[in-house]
Amino acid sequence: MNAVIKQQTDAAVSATALRKSYGKKVVLDGVDLTIGKGQVFALLGPNGAGKTTIVRILSTLIPAEAGTATVMGYDLRAEAGAVRGVIGVTGQFSSVDDLLTGEENLLLVGRLLHLPASERQARASELLERFELFEAARHTPATYSGGMKRRLDLAMTLMGQPRLIFLDEPTTGLDPRSRQTMWQIIRELVHEGVTILLTTQYLEEADHLADRIAVLDHGRIVAEGTPEELKRRIPGAHIRLRFADSASLAEAARLIPEGTRDDEELELRVPNERGIRPLRDVVARIGDHVAVEDLSIHTPDLDDVFFAVTGSASKDKSQ
Amino acid sequence: MSALTFAAQDSATMLWREIKHSIRLLRLLIVSAILVPVVMLLLFDYILGGTLGHGLGDVARGAPYIDYLVPGILVMTIAGGCGPTAINVSMDITGGFVDRIRAMAVVRGALLAGHVGVSVLRMLVASAAVTAVALLLGFRPKASVGDWFAVVGIVAAFSFALAWLSAAIGLVTKSVAGANGSTLPLSFLLPFLSSTFVPADSMPVGVRWFAANQPFTPVVDSLRGLLTGAPVGSTPYLALAWCAAIALVGYLWAQAAFRRA
Repeated sequence: MNAVIKQQTDAAVSATALRKSYGKKVVLDGVDLTIGKGQVFALLGPNGAGKTTIVRILSTLIPAEAGTATVMGYDLRAEAGAVRGVIGVTGQFSSVDDLLTGEENLLLVGRLLHLPASERQARASELLERFELFEAARHTPATYSGGMKRRLDLAMTLMGQPRLIFLDEPTTGLDPRSRQTMWQIIRELVHEGVTILLTTQYLEEADHLADRIAVLDHGRIVAEGTPEELKRRIPGAHIRLRFADSASLAEAARLIPEGTRDDEELELRVPNERGIRPLRDVVARIGDHVAVEDLSIHTPDLDDVFFAVTGSASKDKSQ
Repeated sequence: MSALTFAAQDSATMLWREIKHSIRLLRLLIVSAILVPVVMLLLFDYILGGTLGHGLGDVARGAPYIDYLVPGILVMTIAGGCGPTAINVSMDITGGFVDRIRAMAVVRGALLAGHVGVSVLRMLVASAAVTAVALLLGFRPKASVGDWFAVVGIVAAFSFALAWLSAAIGLVTKSVAGANGSTLPLSFLLPFLSSTFVPADSMPVGVRWFAANQPFTPVVDSLRGLLTGAPVGSTPYLALAWCAAIALVGYLWAQAAFRRA
């Protein structure tokens, strides 16, 4: 270990002013990041915001044009080899070998990590068991579901027992049940003390998993904080009431003056807080006077976050 | 462990992976690597061989056309291995697997070394199989033991050279289909524009110069001379020099392309 270069720091990742562009298109426009050891840090943003670029830079896959970073105490540029030894990456696109069986995929990674044969086999079996892939061990990924493929991908990453794991959109395209399984796996990893940098398009996912969230837009971090801190800045949560006619809407709007009327949709939107008290309150105030055709609860999503921190919707921004 | 041990270990691992791949795709490989050259052999020997053999005149030195043809078919067999190699490399580079390798402390050149190693192995196995079929069909080589060693050496050198070149092609083409298409000149056009089927001297003037001086011709001519017991002079050295040059260009091109990819 090089005592001079290895910094005395508790940060798993510490990046300053990272910049990257492809041709004239600026992808990262000066990104600063600090991720504490043992934390789950989520990069939240729409497609094209620069999430994957950050992951690719920090995992040594591409160089940044400007800026400096240390990963687990190693300098990203000068000690790329050492960085690779302590990280694991599960990319957005499958990196399993489609012509090898599940078990062979794990053993291949084990060989590349120079693990002794017995340890390689033991670790592969353990991961296959843990990720419920034992039945799939002797088949090629062609026969796997999306969730199984993603689990094998992550299992390959874990062969080396990395201390920092990059998960680039780990649940995009997965069905709800596979997503729950993936979340469970991520929580277990955190429990083992692994640091995780996660990218996601879903506020819900970042909310469930992350200790800290950075909202990324056009290659810049536009907001950062704990999920609670961020959500406090989002006024998006509301109860939505729909009515059969404008008379009912007018009556409801009179009873609940803090609501916002939408005459076209025949809807009334009432700001909502956590818990069921506001909902009970709204229902009680409407009482039996007005016929409510439909009631729904709207929780803040990425669009709301974007609206709150950038002043425009993510859909427009990502164009 | 030293850097060299790691390099050898990682390359061996990639070789293991590629051998597994070849076994999974065995039927496909048998068709493309062995059956296609055998069909070419049958077509040229049985269908076209009468006239072609007759037209050779003194060049054939009284031997049947198949003796003239087989060395050329061997070169086609080797060149036929370019497509699969370029496709395999392209599939790795366009898929996510290469990212996993790059983000690990794996020796940089190992992936390509594995591809090239198995490519050469496939070409050698296919050449041996095609030679065996040719012997069954009436090919009667007159090579001494020493000549056979020289034949194997040239076949291996040519395979090695084309494997590196195809790896580079696989890296620079943007898609798997493109990788396949880009090797067609190597596997199809160059054999025809050489002394594979007929002597270069018999070709139209413009083509003749190219056919006589392109690398496939000295390779075919050396193999033909060695297998039929004719004097070869310095042609094998010219063939090996071409192989070394192609291998070097292919290697440097592939390394540069891998860094960029």
